Amino acid sequence: MLGCECMSETVVEVEHLRKEFNGTVAVADVSFTVKRGEIVGVLGPNGAGKTTTIQVLLGLTTPTSGSVRVFGMELEPHRCEILQRCNFCSAYTALPANLKVRENLRVSAGLYGVANAAAKMDQLLSLFEISHLKNKVTGQLSSGESTRVNLCKALLNDPELLLLDEPTASLDPNIADKVRKLLRRIQREQGITMIYTSHNMRDVEEVCDRVLFLHKGRIIAEGTPAEVIAKFHQKSLEEVFITVARSGDLLEEEL
Amino acid sequence: MLRYTYLYMRSVPRVTEVFFWPLMDLLVWGYVTVYLQRVGGISGSANAFMFLLGAMIFWDILYRAQQGVTLSFLEDVWSRNLLNVFVSPVRVGEFVLATYIVGLVRIAITVGVLAGLAYALYSFNLFSLGMSLLPFFANLLLIGWALGMVTTALIMRWGQAAEALAWGVPFLIQPVAAVFYPLDVLPGWLQPVALSIPATHVFEGMRQVLRGDGVSAASLTAAFALNAIYLVAGALFFRYMFGVARRRGLLAKLGTQ
Repeated sequence: MLGCECMSETVVEVEHLRKEFNGTVAVADVSFTVKRGEIVGVLGPNGAGKTTTIQVLLGLTTPTSGSVRVFGMELEPHRCEILQRCNFCSAYTALPANLKVRENLRVSAGLYGVANAAAKMDQLLSLFEISHLKNKVTGQLSSGESTRVNLCKALLNDPELLLLDEPTASLDPNIADKVRKLLRRIQREQGITMIYTSHNMRDVEEVCDRVLFLHKGRIIAEGTPAEVIAKFHQKSLEEVFITVARSGDLLEEEL
Repeated sequence: MLRYTYLYMRSVPRVTEVFFWPLMDLLVWGYVTVYLQRVGGISGSANAFMFLLGAMIFWDILYRAQQGVTLSFLEDVWSRNLLNVFVSPVRVGEFVLATYIVGLVRIAITVGVLAGLAYALYSFNLFSLGMSLLPFFANLLLIGWALGMVTTALIMRWGQAAEALAWGVPFLIQPVAAVFYPLDVLPGWLQPVALSIPATHVFEGMRQVLRGDGVSAASLTAAFALNAIYLVAGALFFRYMFGVARRRGLLAKLGTQ
């Protein structure tokens, strides 16, 4: 874990974020901050507004209202400067299937202007124990291998902020466990700030320092996994998740 | 750029595609011309090859330039790589510029091969006209790029349902752009429409050069002026649609379909 001084610096600052799509409210009113070196889980049932929040943070979607500051800069006018210091990994995106792993990583390194790309690629492939896949065509990889290649891509530019959208979604328990441990290790060693969405509550309990529980576009609970579990009088985040999904409206009023 | 270099090195179908359709067009149009000459259907048969094959090769430049922009975007959609590109610090202008360059390289290769085959099969030397062809090539590239931006913007807005536009949009202008026949063949009411398309001035100018009447400064000026307007309009339209796509969350949707 990083020292207190580092953790006190705010990397992400979201204030009263609202996003509507043709009158449908995806995010009603969300405010939160993320400190440097934290791993923050964004949780919630389908339609809670997690993905939209992540998309806004990545500059893929513009907010209807509210403000988003990353590294102390307003997102919209400084989008490219901010993205230079971020990266993203999602179970729902892929790297071009017909390119070899090393070619895909080389292209991604080019997009971020990574110096000494070959050495960086080798270092990351070795870290994720997939050096042997370097010359394999990406489309021939298993889902576990693809995820690890995507994570290599996401770490190529030494990001200060990493957004992970269900990174373990397609992995078997063994590989998922390895990936979780690796992410935790990378965060410890490099102090990367991470925002993590997942439907796998075990992932979240193991990886995240803090969680934001979203329901119908609002944060209904926030704190360490243990604090959130205690707040809902449940035994695990999974039970909290089920409770929120089934009776979120009532809980929102109570909370 | 690097990505497309890898892609074309790796993919036989993609390399074939650069040559296959232009080659088929060349064979069909070439032999149609031979047949029409034999049955005496074309007066001034000495120019028949030049007009039809020249038009076919010129049309291919426009078409490939448009495809260079649109297919580069679609490649990223098809491979679910679009988000990786748009969450990187690459500016939209840089992305579009890269697609222009990809198109330019594809065209250079295609035209080289077509010109060689046209000479081998029909003794038609496209390059005998020398440097006078260059301004026409440049104008066709500009039209293709403008159409490519508009097509890509439409796909960005309406998603994969609009993919067919990638191949269809250039053919919307083909009948009125006097590609294979002179402008005066068109009915009078359609001619002003044709003259508002830069390609019309290019193809009219090309026929004039092929007839040996020299380069028409008026045709070239009109083509460049119209292209300047269409390129600016295309870029503004693309920028507007990119904004719409971000407001509506369409980029993310398109990138994960």
